[in-house]
Amino acid sequence: MDITYSPDEEKFRAEVKSFLSENLPKLGKTSRRDFETKDDFLGWHRILAKKGWAAPHWPTQYGGTGWNVTQRYIYNEESAKAEAPALLPFGLAMVGPVIYTYGNEEQKKKFLPKILSGEDWWCQGYSEPGAGSDLASLKTKAVREGDHYIVNGQKTWTTLAQFADWIFCLVRTDPNAKQQEGITFLLIDMKTPGITVKPIIVLDGAHEVNEVFFDNVKVPVENRVGEENKGWTYAKFLLVNERSGIAGVARSKKAIERLKEIGRAEMLDGKPLIETDEFSRKIAETEVELAALEFTELRTLARESKGQMAGPESSILKIKGTEIQQRLTELTLEAVGYYAYPYDRYFGDNEYPPGPDYASGQAGHYFNMRKVSIFGGSNEIQRGIIAKAVLGL
Amino acid sequence: MDFSFTEEQTLLRNSVQKYLADNYSFEHFKKISRTEPGWSKDTWKQFAELGLLAAPLPEAYGGLGGGPVDVMVVMEEFGKALVVEPYAPTVVVGGGFFSRGGTDAQKEEWLNKIAAGETVLAFAFAEPQGRFNYADLTMTAKKSGANYVLNGLKVVVLGAPWADALIVTARTSGGQRDTKGVSVFVVDKKSKGITTRDYPTIDGLHASEVTFENVEVPATNLIGTADDGLKLIEHVTDEAIAAHASEAVGAMKVLLDATVEYSKTRKQFGVPIGKFQVLQHRMVDMFINYEQSSSITYMVTLKLGEGETERKKAASAAKVQIGKAGRFVGQQAVQIHGGMGMTDELNVGHYFKRLTMLDTLYGNVDHHLKRYAELG
Repeated sequence: MDITYSPDEEKFRAEVKSFLSENLPKLGKTSRRDFETKDDFLGWHRILAKKGWAAPHWPTQYGGTGWNVTQRYIYNEESAKAEAPALLPFGLAMVGPVIYTYGNEEQKKKFLPKILSGEDWWCQGYSEPGAGSDLASLKTKAVREGDHYIVNGQKTWTTLAQFADWIFCLVRTDPNAKQQEGITFLLIDMKTPGITVKPIIVLDGAHEVNEVFFDNVKVPVENRVGEENKGWTYAKFLLVNERSGIAGVARSKKAIERLKEIGRAEMLDGKPLIETDEFSRKIAETEVELAALEFTELRTLARESKGQMAGPESSILKIKGTEIQQRLTELTLEAVGYYAYPYDRYFGDNEYPPGPDYASGQAGHYFNMRKVSIFGGSNEIQRGIIAKAVLGL
Repeated sequence: MDFSFTEEQTLLRNSVQKYLADNYSFEHFKKISRTEPGWSKDTWKQFAELGLLAAPLPEAYGGLGGGPVDVMVVMEEFGKALVVEPYAPTVVVGGGFFSRGGTDAQKEEWLNKIAAGETVLAFAFAEPQGRFNYADLTMTAKKSGANYVLNGLKVVVLGAPWADALIVTARTSGGQRDTKGVSVFVVDKKSKGITTRDYPTIDGLHASEVTFENVEVPATNLIGTADDGLKLIEHVTDEAIAAHASEAVGAMKVLLDATVEYSKTRKQFGVPIGKFQVLQHRMVDMFINYEQSSSITYMVTLKLGEGETERKKAASAAKVQIGKAGRFVGQQAVQIHGGMGMTDELNVGHYFKRLTMLDTLYGNVDHHLKRYAELG
């Protein structure tokens, strides 16, 4: 048992740090809002792709870095510390691994390089109005006609579909089979006639998610991943991948740092807020929970590095990770006092809302982050997984 | 022991309910809060005609002679409908300052106007460094002949974009946080030297940052005694706390009902999600939180007339209970609605936002827990 880093690992950390400090400033900052346009999202992705670091977890033959689990951990930690933008997961973390694991050679050649470079923007066609937590009840159907599938139905909560070039979709191909056995995994070009994207505005005013409608959309059979009616296997593989990245420990550490800065700037009776017992204890409590979560994650990673797949206990990472993220937004909202009130989206991109910079958008962020205990398998579903698969209840 | 409403209070509730059912749908709230100026003057006139503005004010000055229970009734219904018009700032806070601290001439002028719907007021008390301490003031008012000269910045003044006059707290003597030396003024918003920056708030209201630069105010605009304003401010804001507690209870009720209803119709895994025990217990906890909040709102409303310590403790207790319950009920309503709860389209998120911001208004849970403890 050892939690220190080897000299090689420290050398690696130094390399990551110097790359970050050299390249992050190149992103520049055009307005007070960072993520509004496609280019905002892709800026850092492109820089990493050039360096060959866009997908550290991919096998090297497809463009991965070949880093071991510890190196990836160090990389994530340093990236979060330096406040490097998070890359969108839909291509790199979700469909990419499905394609290199279950796709055929043509699919790998066609899709993986453009996921890596950021040229193709992917979105996720999983949830439907009637199929949320109960994903396997999905109804969007695909009927085989010659060398095409004809897709009809609707997906929803599709994050950033407004920018997407491709959508990976779960569709029902056998309506008579048991729910999970009649599902197929299709890759669909968003430019195909019959696809309509309709925005959903969420409660902080952001256009982040969409409804995606399919009206007789023709999808070539060659865009099917793996076998027909075996899509649920690939879907589950993807969901476990989605869950393992979701703890967000390094980013929560950063959020605690920022919260402390706010606590030092905000005054209460002439004293910095952070010097009051009530507030400093609340931060400390959250920090303690995060410390425990960090080691839960490290233990999971250590098992993975010995070749064991992450088991159902990885649901802990999702549950605690999101609870901590939400708690931190709650504390930040509290910390900014009355300056939580201004609706920051009312102000232009280059116009500053009233109050200190750190206060703007914090209420919106708090409201927006309520989503994390809902998406990716709600925290109720995650607890159900542990109850069933770990505790055998 | 009797918690029943009088016939007048029941009539008042019925008339508010009817008016809001006919005129103040959720779609109306969205439309009105998102189009300039962000409120409706017509609605305000109708509030006056229905007697809502006059309800709690003294009969001698155009009021109907009611009291905190009337405010509780009106605000609860307003909370259910997400009403944006500035009832609490004008009637409860403005009316409260003049009723409790005003001279006869001020009462005559302002209470009559408030009751008739002829004026709208906003309460300018918050400063960037002050957090929830009403005495932590950098804004100054210096006596100069027959006038006071006001200088300083007030932030997040709710309802200020629509206000004719502002009720302003300022330091007339002493150091930045001294309890002595705080005074309250009524200031015409058109006074020379006032500049405002107006904006919408995240929960669908509107507010302003208000800068005062050598604003001359006649000494007759002082409300209460110079230097002794803090007691008056605490008294009036405790009344406002009771009013907003009732508003929060109304909002919680809507969220509770909507969530229970949704859980009966939304099916996953072949059954309504309300059949899952984990969600049943969650909704029972929402219900308990709502009931406890409703009870504490009765408590604070009925104790507003008691001695200072009792009143303050009641107000702080209400703030703590409502702040915690509002957070729980709001968060769980969104969680149980799933993605739908996250949308701007559904009403749930809007009630959640209002409840969240009400925790901050006049001091959050931490502030009032401390105040309660310090009161012994």
